[in-house]
Amino acid sequence: MNTKWEILVVDDEEIMRDSMAAWLREDGYLVDTVSCGREAIGRAREKDYALYFIDLKMPGGIDGIETMLEVHKLHPEASVIIITAYATVDTAIAAMKEGAQEYVVKPCHPQEISLLVSRIIKVKNLQRENTILRQKLARQYHVHDILSKNSRMHQILDLIREVSGLKSTVLIQGESGTGKELVARAIHFSGDRAGKPFIGVSCAALAETLLESELFGHEKGSFTGATSQKKGKFEMANGGTIFLDEIGDISPKLQMDLLRVLQERRLYRVGGSDELEVDVRVIAATNRDLPKAVQAGTFRDDLYYRLNVITITIPPLRDRRDDIPLLAQHFVQRLSHELGRPVTGISEEGLRILLERDWPGNVRELENAIERALVTCRGTTLTAEDFQFLVPHEAAATSGWQPPTDLTLDEVERSVITAMLGRTRGNVKEAASLLGIDRSTLYDRIKKYGIPR
Amino acid sequence: MNRLLVVSFGPVSPDLLDAIADPVWRSYDLEVHRRAERPIPADAWDAKRQQHGSEVLLRTLLVGARDPGDRLLGVTAVDLCIPMLSFVFGQAQLKGAAAVVSTARLDPSFYGLSSRPDLVRRRFIAEVIHEVGHTVGLVHCAERSCPMSLATAVEAIDQKGEELCDGCTALVHDFKAAGSLTAETLRRSSRSQ
Ligand SMILES: [Zn+2]
Ligand SMILES: [Zn+2]
Repeated sequence: MNTKWEILVVDDEEIMRDSMAAWLREDGYLVDTVSCGREAIGRAREKDYALYFIDLKMPGGIDGIETMLEVHKLHPEASVIIITAYATVDTAIAAMKEGAQEYVVKPCHPQEISLLVSRIIKVKNLQRENTILRQKLARQYHVHDILSKNSRMHQILDLIREVSGLKSTVLIQGESGTGKELVARAIHFSGDRAGKPFIGVSCAALAETLLESELFGHEKGSFTGATSQKKGKFEMANGGTIFLDEIGDISPKLQMDLLRVLQERRLYRVGGSDELEVDVRVIAATNRDLPKAVQAGTFRDDLYYRLNVITITIPPLRDRRDDIPLLAQHFVQRLSHELGRPVTGISEEGLRILLERDWPGNVRELENAIERALVTCRGTTLTAEDFQFLVPHEAAATSGWQPPTDLTLDEVERSVITAMLGRTRGNVKEAASLLGIDRSTLYDRIKKYGIPR
Repeated sequence: MNRLLVVSFGPVSPDLLDAIADPVWRSYDLEVHRRAERPIPADAWDAKRQQHGSEVLLRTLLVGARDPGDRLLGVTAVDLCIPMLSFVFGQAQLKGAAAVVSTARLDPSFYGLSSRPDLVRRRFIAEVIHEVGHTVGLVHCAERSCPMSLATAVEAIDQKGEELCDGCTALVHDFKAAGSLTAETLRRSSRSQ
C-alpha cells in the first residue's frame, strides 16, 4: 500500500471510538473519530474516507442511518459499517436496504471485524489500482495532444467521454493529420475496455489478400507463404478495440467480410473452417467522403450504416486556429524534451507565421514544423527566423533566389520533391518533415510524378 | 537509553515479568524496568461483560509524571476488552507512550484445558513484543511468524517467533534513524492522546 486508507469512526461514546480507532491504527489505517452524525458529515465534506464505522443510535438529532445516507450523498463509493448494541432484525434490514455494507452487533469477535475490514479494503485496493491504471492511460491518451480550447473540439471531447462507455461502432472523419487515431485511443482508454488491447490497422497500407489475413488471421497452408497459423487483429483485439484506419480504401470483398464480422461478431480465419467468436469494439476512420463513395457505389451502403452509428468529425486545423498557439506550445515542450533542446517557447513573430498558415497537413504538419524548427533553433525561443521554411517567398527574397517562370506548378513541385529526396538520401519521413507535409501526402506525390527513389 | 517501565495491574507472575527484559532489549533497544504493582482501576470493570476495559488501563498508565523517552507497559492477569470487541490480548498507542497486555487468555486453563506455564511464557513474550512494537510505530505485519502479525486467537500467537521479521527489524532501524524513538516524539504523542 502506497497511500494509507482513511477510516472515520462515528460514535457518541468516547471510550468506544478511541479504542476502536486505536485498534484500527494498529492495523495500519489512518483513523479519525467524531462523536455525532453532524460532525461526521462535516468531516466527510473535507475528506474522502474509504470506510465509516457508524453507531446506529446517537443522540443529537441525526441517527446512524441518516448519517450514512448523507455520507453516501457526498461519497457514493464509501463503505459503511453500521454498529449497534442490540440485534434487531428490522433495523438490520433497514440499514442494509439503505446501503450499509455491513451491520455488526457489538461486541463482536476481533476476527470478524478484522476479516470484514480487510475484505472491504481489498476491494478498495483493486478498485484503486484500476482507477490509477485508467487515469494513467487516460492522461496518456485522453489529454495528450487532443489539446484544445476550441468549442467544437470540446464538444468532441464530451462526445468521446460519452461514447467511451458504449460498445457501439464509431466512425471518425477528418482530414489527414487531424488526430483521428488519438481520438480512437481516447475513446478506448477512457472506457471499460482500457485494460484490454487497442489494436490499430491501416487498411490502405496492405494489398487485399494480406489485409484479409492481417484482419482475420489464417490457417497454416491457406495460401503461399502461410507457413503457420496466425492470429488476426480481430482476435488480438478480443475484449478490446480495433481501430481500422483508412476504412474508405478497402476492397468490395473485404467490405463484405467486415460487414459479416460487425453483424455476427464471428469470423473465420483465412483457410479455416472453425468459427471464432469475438468481442471487439470497432472504431473506423477515414479522410474520404464516405457518403459520396456510397453514392458512387464504391462503398457498400449497409457497411456504411453499420459503421456510422456514431460519427465524430474532427475539424481541420485551419478551422480552429485558436488552438494553434496552445498546440504549438505543447509540441515545443514535448519535443524539446525529447530532442534534448533547451527551447521553452515561441516568439510572437514566430507565432504569427504559424497562425497565418493554412496547415493542409493539420496538427501533424504543425508538429513536424515545430520539430524541424527545434532542430535548427540556436536560442531558447523559436523565432520567426526558425520558421522561415514555412515562408517560401521571404526565404527566396533573402537568398536571392527567383522562382522559375517557365514551369508549371506540377513541374516545380516534382523538382522540389526530387531535390529534397536527394538531400535526405531517399528518407521519405525526413523529406516529408522538411517539406512540411505528412508522409502519406509525399507518397501520393511520389506516385503521381513517378519519382524514382 | 530509552526505557520501558513495566507496571502490573494486580498480581502478575514475576517469572513472566522477568522473561520480557531480554527480548524487548534485543528487538527495540529498550531497557526494561519494573515498577511497583498498582491496583486494577475500579472504573475499568464492566459488570455486564464481566471483563475489564483496556482503554481505561491505558489511560491510567499515562496519568502522572514520567521521564521523557520512557514508555509504559501495563501487564495484567484479568481479561481485557474494548466496547467493539469481545476481547483483546492487548492494546497499544501507535507511535505512542503506552501499551497493555493481558495474560488471561494466554493460558490453556482459560479454555478449560490444563495450565501450561511454558506456553503462557512464550505467548506472553510474543504479545509484549507485538504491543511494544506498536508504540515504536510498527503496524501489523503479513508475516505469520513475525510477532507483529495480527493474532485474534492463541493458535495464531503460537505461530509467532520471539524475533521480529527482517522487514519489521528494518523499520525499527528506520524509525530510530528518523528519531521517532526520541524523547521528543514520545512527549508529543502522549500529549496528543
Ligand atoms: Zn496489533
Ligand atoms: Zn514483521
